[in-house]
Amino acid sequence: MYGWLWRRLPGPAPVRAVILALAAVAVLAVCFQWVFPAVAPYMPFSDTTVGE
Amino acid sequence: MTTTSARDLVPRHGRAPRRAGGPAVYTAIGVLGELLITLGFLVLAFLVWQLWWTDVEGNQAQAEIVESLPWAPPPAAAAGESDEATPVVAAPRRDEPPVMPEPGHAVTFATLQVPRWSDEPERPVSQGVDRPTVLDVLGIGHYPETAMPGAIGNFSLAGHRTTYGKPFNRIAELQDGDPIVVRTADTWYVYRVTSSAVVTPQDVQVIDPVPGQPGVEPTERVITLTTCHPMFSARERYIVHGVLDYWAPVADGSPAEILGGA
Repeated sequence: MYGWLWRRLPGPAPVRAVILALAAVAVLAVCFQWVFPAVAPYMPFSDTTVGE
Repeated sequence: MTTTSARDLVPRHGRAPRRAGGPAVYTAIGVLGELLITLGFLVLAFLVWQLWWTDVEGNQAQAEIVESLPWAPPPAAAAGESDEATPVVAAPRRDEPPVMPEPGHAVTFATLQVPRWSDEPERPVSQGVDRPTVLDVLGIGHYPETAMPGAIGNFSLAGHRTTYGKPFNRIAELQDGDPIVVRTADTWYVYRVTSSAVVTPQDVQVIDPVPGQPGVEPTERVITLTTCHPMFSARERYIVHGVLDYWAPVADGSPAEILGGA
C-alpha cells in the first residue's frame, strides 16, 4: 500500500518524503478537528454526571 | 533516484505478470498489515487528542468565557502610600442571601474557585449537564432544577475530572472544611466541604435537595460536586458535598478565602 503510494509519487525521494509528511499532517489535522470529536461520545470514559 | 523512477514508468506493464506469478495472498497480507499499523497510529493519535489536546482547547475556551463575563471586578482599595491597589476583604454575611433565577440552557451564570487547588484558574459554571453543549465545551455544568447558588436545597454541579480542561481534576484533594467559592454577577457564596464519597452513577439521590434523602424538605444550603471516578473511567462517581458558610455582595470586596487568607 505505502510502497505503491511511494512509487506513484512524483519527484526525487526527498520531495516524496515531504509530500508524505504533509499528507500525514493533513490527515492528523482532519482527525483532530472533526473525526475525533465525532468519535469521542462513543468512548466509555469521561462521564461525570449521576443519573440515567 | 530519478533514474529508478524513470525506469519504473517504463516497465510497469512488464512487472504485472511477475506479480501475478507470485502469490497474490502475500500482497493482500502486506496491505492488511500496513492498514493495521496505520490504525494503531490513529488510535495513538486519538489518545493524544483526548488526553492532551482537549485539555489545551478546554482550558483556553474556559479562560475566555470567564474573561468575557460582563461582570464588574470586586473593588480594590485606592492606592495608599504604595501604588499597588489592595483588594478589599468582604465582610461575611449570614442573613438571607440573594438567589438568582435559573438561567436558560448553556448560559454561564457563575464561576467557581477552590483555594485548595492552587494555580487552578477560575472556572465558568453554566446551566445544563449534557456533554456536547455544556461539559465538553463550557466546563462546569449545573444540574437543571437543582438549587441555584445560595438557595436552600442542593446546588449541584458536574465537571470533567480528566480531559476537556478537567475542571474537577483535583477533587480528591478536597478536605472537610475547605472553602468552595462561587461567584455570580453580584454575589459571592462561600461553601465549605462537609463530606466526600464515591458512589455509583445511578445514585441520583446525591443531588436531591437533602442529599441521600429523597423527598425530604431541605433546610440547608448545600453544594454538591460530581465527577467521574476512578480517573479515565466512568465506572463510579466522586462526590463532594458542602454547606454555605456565608455570602457577600461583590460590591463589598472579595472573600478572604481567595485572597490568600484563611
